[in-house]
Amino acid sequence: MPGAIYAEGLVKTFGDVKALDGVDLDVPQGTVLGLLGPNGAGKTTAVRCLTTLLRPDRGRAVVAGFDVLEHPNEVRRSIGLSGQFAAVDEYLTGRENLQMVGRLYQMRAGAAKARAAELLDRFDLADAADRTAKTYSGGMRRRLDLAAALVVSPPVMFMDEPTTGLDPRNRQLLWEVIKRLVSGGTTLLLTTQYLEEADHLAHDIAVVDHGRVIARGTSDELKARTGGERVEVVVHEREHITVAREVLSGFGKGETTVEQHTRKLTVPVTGGAKLLAEVIRELDSRGIEIDDIGLRRPTLDDVFLSLTGHVAEAKAEESEAEGQGQAEGQGQAEGQSEKETVR
Amino acid sequence: MSAVTDAAAPQPARPFAQPVRDSLVVAKRNLIRMVRIPEVVIFGLIQPIMFVVLFTYVFGGSMRIGGSTSATAYKNFLMAGIFAQTVTFATAGSSAGIADDMHKGLIDRFRSLPMARGAVLTGRTLADLVQTALTLLVLAIVALLVGWRVGSDGETNALRVMGAFGLLLLLGYAFTWIGALIGLSVRTPEAATSGGLIWLFPVTFISNAFVDTANMTPWLRHIAEWNPFSATVQACRVLFANPGQSQSGAWPMQHPVWASLIYSVLIILLFRTLAVRKYRSATA
Repeated sequence: MPGAIYAEGLVKTFGDVKALDGVDLDVPQGTVLGLLGPNGAGKTTAVRCLTTLLRPDRGRAVVAGFDVLEHPNEVRRSIGLSGQFAAVDEYLTGRENLQMVGRLYQMRAGAAKARAAELLDRFDLADAADRTAKTYSGGMRRRLDLAAALVVSPPVMFMDEPTTGLDPRNRQLLWEVIKRLVSGGTTLLLTTQYLEEADHLAHDIAVVDHGRVIARGTSDELKARTGGERVEVVVHEREHITVAREVLSGFGKGETTVEQHTRKLTVPVTGGAKLLAEVIRELDSRGIEIDDIGLRRPTLDDVFLSLTGHVAEAKAEESEAEGQGQAEGQGQAEGQSEKETVR
Repeated sequence: MSAVTDAAAPQPARPFAQPVRDSLVVAKRNLIRMVRIPEVVIFGLIQPIMFVVLFTYVFGGSMRIGGSTSATAYKNFLMAGIFAQTVTFATAGSSAGIADDMHKGLIDRFRSLPMARGAVLTGRTLADLVQTALTLLVLAIVALLVGWRVGSDGETNALRVMGAFGLLLLLGYAFTWIGALIGLSVRTPEAATSGGLIWLFPVTFISNAFVDTANMTPWLRHIAEWNPFSATVQACRVLFANPGQSQSGAWPMQHPVWASLIYSVLIILLFRTLAVRKYRSATA
């Protein structure tokens, strides 16, 4: 039995660009699929095909039990879409926006009104309910957009890069909302450029590049594919690199790599924390001073790199564009992967 | 989450009521926007008023209308043309508005909702019709102030005058569907603003709106006389009993009221079909 979102061999071509090149997806009811990939990988095109906004050239898609091409209106009744660009009318108030969407979901006027008030409350927009959306901050707009997608409590939700461009605090807020949503049984397909976000929210991850799904699995499965844990050491003196390398190779399950300029050595290992302690003792007994040492599991960044041969480009662009806020977000991300190491 | 599911349950589908209701919901949204961005309406008013004043005082003295060179005759001749041009210029508003909605992702939002297919565009054109009516009302008052009078060249009555305004509104409504198609076809709101406007200049100038077509080169005259726009202008002059009505034997000039009605209905049928089809496949 196909899942709440099911796609088979989706192909979509724009001119000579193949935006989708045979995408298969299967999202069981009540789960979250993270569609992960850089800009231009085809994530948005896939969402547009699944939400009836775009006709695929080839392939089949079934959402909430309805064929997307044959019964688009039934699909529309069962889905909520929250887009990359906050699609709210900036000259309407938050309340008017939600009421309008409710009416267009074919709710009665009274029901649309009550639902709008309830959502404004839930998304912490009650104070701003009667101001035009033009006066809202980016985070408020995004919340309003998400509220608009939830007007009928749809069983299936699509979110196209819900947190792109948000500051860390607002991203955290939105994550909470999404988690609550999913715990209520909603099936969610989420696209993101943030590896950390997919790691955090999604049960399953499909990595997309050049219009194809190049890998899928749980976050742990994908990480395992990239190889297990590894020890990273930064030595204090450049002269110590050779000796340290010798030591690490003694413990390692593979080749030790060395970054000369950062004095960083990395070696794949098995044995966890116990092994780490041994490495530290051994280095110490040889009189090697170390600046940093840690046991690292691969991040999704590593997964992406090993799968595609290039880093998730979007990330570099983003952090350039957003400067400080983004840098903080990244710091947080690392903090989290650090915690995982300890576990 | 589930506490409100009952309240949120969709109404049973009513195949005839739904398109009307959806269109009105969208029209209301566009009217609210109009009130909140009054600049758009105000600029839409200034332009035709400027045209009235400029044409009346700059051209008025040197035009020969119905054998008369008096400025009053030209004034009475001119107004039907200015009214018609004004209603067609509302097209630019529709195309810019729809292009803006595409650009901002609102069209995506609407298209992901279980609403009637044509409702977004119908709602838009209906709101534009309200604006056109308002503009026309203000313009008629200005025209009266500068000396325009109905019945200046024969007999007319209130019913015929209302009929003329009805034809003008119908023409304006028809043209907003052309604007809707342009708005859906261009890539940016900026392109829609200019693209929605430029083609209107030849349409409104190669016509009987501002000059007597009898003085045009024959091939140009034929175009002007069969121009749908000219039919409405001629119909208004006949119904207002204003001077300068074309004496040409061309069918639209002989039966201007019918010609105006037929043209407008044909434009609506054709461009509504094309625009709704375009809307369904629209991508921002």
